[in-house]
Amino acid sequence: MQTISKVWLFCVLLFVSSYANANLTIEITRGSDQALPIGIVPFAGGDNMPEDVAQIIQDNLERSGFFAPLERSAMFDRPSQADDVEFGTWRSLDVRYLVVGRAQQTGSGYQIQFELMDISGQRRMIGETVTASTNDLRGAAHYISDQIFEEITDIRGAFSTQIAYVTAQGLGDNMQFGLYVADADGRNSQQVLTSDQPIMSPAWSPDGRKLAYVSFETERPAIYIQDVSTGQRIQATSFDGINGAPTWSPDGRKIAMSLSKDGQPEIYILDINNRSVERITQNSSIDTEPAWAPDGRSLLFTSDRSGGPQIYEYSLGSGEANRITFTGNYNARARYSPDGEYIFLIHRSNRGYQVARQERDGGRLVVISETTRDESPSVAPNGTMVIFATQQGSNGVLSAVSADGRSSFRLPAAQGDVRDPAWSPFLN
Amino acid sequence: MQLKPLARSLAVALSIVVIAGCSSTGGTQDGDSYGSQDGSGTGTSTSGAGTGGQYGSTSGSGAGAGQQADSRIPEVRTIHFDFDRDTIKSEYESVVMAHARYLRANPNSRVVLHGHTDERGTREYNMALGERRANAVQRFLNIQGVSPSQMSVVSYGEERPVASGQSESAYAQNRRVVFNY
Repeated sequence: MQTISKVWLFCVLLFVSSYANANLTIEITRGSDQALPIGIVPFAGGDNMPEDVAQIIQDNLERSGFFAPLERSAMFDRPSQADDVEFGTWRSLDVRYLVVGRAQQTGSGYQIQFELMDISGQRRMIGETVTASTNDLRGAAHYISDQIFEEITDIRGAFSTQIAYVTAQGLGDNMQFGLYVADADGRNSQQVLTSDQPIMSPAWSPDGRKLAYVSFETERPAIYIQDVSTGQRIQATSFDGINGAPTWSPDGRKIAMSLSKDGQPEIYILDINNRSVERITQNSSIDTEPAWAPDGRSLLFTSDRSGGPQIYEYSLGSGEANRITFTGNYNARARYSPDGEYIFLIHRSNRGYQVARQERDGGRLVVISETTRDESPSVAPNGTMVIFATQQGSNGVLSAVSADGRSSFRLPAAQGDVRDPAWSPFLN
Repeated sequence: MQLKPLARSLAVALSIVVIAGCSSTGGTQDGDSYGSQDGSGTGTSTSGAGTGGQYGSTSGSGAGAGQQADSRIPEVRTIHFDFDRDTIKSEYESVVMAHARYLRANPNSRVVLHGHTDERGTREYNMALGERRANAVQRFLNIQGVSPSQMSVVSYGEERPVASGQSESAYAQNRRVVFNY
């Protein structure tokens, strides 16, 4: 019975702490069979630190799907610097890469020295000394994760980025909505806005400083632009009808959106400085969910002009819109990959609503999620992962899948629904 | 039983809070039942009396049980739709007609038509579908002689469900247009 008591106490603490800060936790749901074996040795001097930096790095690398970290219990040697690494020891554990490090307390924080070793090549790849204040140890761990990730994969790490998301609780007239920003690992959540009216569709400005979103706080939808750090905001649009689906141009000067002020929802582009709106689409069907191409030259959007929703691409140069999805009868809410080569979207398959990937110029549509009530895909700035909203039991949770579909993880909240994730751009 | 009394009661209390939090509007979820509660939210800034699929009879104006059909707001204020459709089903035509009569007889009265969808599909596309449903009701009322100046439309898409869960009956309750006076 002692264990039951402990479990209950744990549940109580979990409940209380999650209620206080609404952090998301991570559960890896599928590991990639091509993940690289890596060892992240606990850092010397880490026992006295408020955060386990090596563990944060390990969790980051595992979540990326690119790495399969060695469990700590399997490490019978714990070197803290390159000179002490016995390559044979780690080779016998089938580890290809090894991270070692040590931390020292300084006046205002910590000095963390890490080194990345190539075990099969028997060489030191990189090393760096990072200083961090006591309350930014997680930030330092994300920075180190980014360095390791890029050195091995040649892809820029996205561990120092953030996600915005919306929470909802209750039903009908008694609901509470929240807009939050958290680190990419779900921690350090900060409230941006709460309301008893719906909040939707957060979108990051390209500089990562502002969020555009839809709020019903005036009892009808309006689009707001809010500075995340100062909280300062403006109401950008409040036309009759739908004011929805804001998305920033890559230069940060314009926002594409869906407005129904002239009848049915059409795509418009708002000039943020002079507040003028230019109508882009002209027809009698639904046009919504725009996404701006990384090169700024075209927009994806959802339209039901052919009957059901399909993805179209509008060229800002020619003013022409071409349908680009042809698989199935429901394809919606598309987003470009950062290199513009692929689109990620919600596809209705015979199993349900799933995240899918397709080459932008056509080609086969490939379902990459395993869940079937998926919404709101948002691509990491390095293109390796897609975060999206789905359901776990009766709760809305965030989930992420690697762009190739090989690995995935889930970020459930302790209570209520989490939805509408938006992955930030690179922030440094 | 080693469980300490304090820990146990705290745990029980918390589990009750959790359960209550999950079903705070239980019992009024059925959009087809004739509730007698005030349909307006408690302590919220939302305006719509009678929303949430409840056919409140104590909210709104003229609470008396008068028989004059056109002097009080019709009690049934929610109509439901088939999946992916904005057609007003024949079983709800009399409901919409009653609202048309009321609005014609009370030209100073105004209604906001709230369009809603079930949770399936993407959020912003559902926002458009919810608007399509509310527009269909607005067109119907207009054809029945209600002045456009008495009507406006707000779509909530899938953002304000009245029933939770993934059952067909929950979905059916959530696909609705609500008349808000």
